[in-house]
Amino acid sequence: MPARLFLDTVDPWINWDWLSTHVPYVWAALEQHIVLTVIAVAAGLIISLPLGVAAQRSGAIRLPVLGAFGGFYTIPSLALFALLVPFTGIATTTTAEIPLIGYNVLILIRNVVVGLDAVPRDVIDAADGMGYRPMVRLLRVELPLALPAIFAGLRVATVSTIGLITITAVIGLGGLGQLINQGLIESFHTPLVVATVLSIALALVADVSLAGCQRYALPWARQA
Amino acid sequence: MSVLESVWNWFGDPAHWHGPDGIPTRLVEHLQLSGESVLLGALIALPLGIALGHYGRFGNLAINISNVGRALPSFGILVIAFQVFGLGELPIILALTALAIPPIVTNSYVALREVDPDIKDAARGMGYRELPQLLRVELPLAVPLIMAGVRTSAVQVVATATLAALIAGGGFGRYIVDGFAQLNYSMTIAGAVLVALLALATELSLSGVERLLVPRGIRLLMAPSLRRASTFKVA
Repeated sequence: MPARLFLDTVDPWINWDWLSTHVPYVWAALEQHIVLTVIAVAAGLIISLPLGVAAQRSGAIRLPVLGAFGGFYTIPSLALFALLVPFTGIATTTTAEIPLIGYNVLILIRNVVVGLDAVPRDVIDAADGMGYRPMVRLLRVELPLALPAIFAGLRVATVSTIGLITITAVIGLGGLGQLINQGLIESFHTPLVVATVLSIALALVADVSLAGCQRYALPWARQA
Repeated sequence: MSVLESVWNWFGDPAHWHGPDGIPTRLVEHLQLSGESVLLGALIALPLGIALGHYGRFGNLAINISNVGRALPSFGILVIAFQVFGLGELPIILALTALAIPPIVTNSYVALREVDPDIKDAARGMGYRELPQLLRVELPLAVPLIMAGVRTSAVQVVATATLAALIAGGGFGRYIVDGFAQLNYSMTIAGAVLVALLALATELSLSGVERLLVPRGIRLLMAPSLRRASTFKVA
């Protein structure tokens, strides 16, 4: 196969005619991408908050939990998708989400633990002195102070998930990854370029929006 | 026949242990693709990250390169490289190298920035010139984080090299991709097991290298949980 140049007349990098007639098709892929991302990040957060709190409170849980998810995190997503297919089926949301949620749990647990570890001892003593019970102290004093670290984890988890979802094209899902796969199979550049650019753009938009939420939710942590 | 049994039989079949599609050949391909890419990535990223960290310049660039790297869809990058350069190792190695660079730059930058300024002052006061100070004072202190970056990068490259099979590359990814194409799930799962083991082995062996490289006194100072500056996952 000869090397292609950027201004190849046979197949340009973007064929605007194709794009203009395939807007709903691209939109559907983007929508699937967003839905898969939201599920993976939301479920990851729901699982990692209690686990992270437990891991931060108890040394006996901390090492096994971080170790187990750390090992899981090391395993490539394609391997996990392939391993799950015989059990949870091909092209099912479950097969795609189990690895993605697992990865997010690791990222978020670490940040919950780091965030809670960083709460100053004096603040905890003051809360105790004011008569806070442990649960209320956690919800109203410690977690709010850990929020910047948790938000940082959320941003990393969201951006990583958006990139990883393209790989689920191999098991018949993929969101924007479907278009990358189509570009590969048909040697057709437009869907490939559109999907790659949209995936990067989606990640950056999500990152900036989460940063905006963080500023709004944590007025006390705003930097000048 | 259960899934587990058929995978066990796949591994037991002597035909899968030699020849161009045998496990040893695929292992060498996988290691070669990954090794070359990490080496190339490190040759570019280490001097860059270390220089930026030492001089404390362009910190935003050094930190943000990881954020941008994380946003790159590895599958898309591989396929674009394939469309530009065609079949062969070149597009794979270029794509893998691009993904190898960000964590190394960011971690090296942070590693050099985190060297205690008092220690640098002390070195200067003892008469160290700039280069010996960098090589003999700052770098040994920075090795744990720098190596954490190299390890993160290597594990990601090994993972992404699996995807190279989608653009006709070799390596263990072949078993996964060919297994799906031929509806031979025992082959797919065997490939997944091999890939998972290789990623874990990469992580563990580089942790071992890190232990060898870090001076004992510094190893005792470091809390293990603080060694990784940034989480990075692209495949």
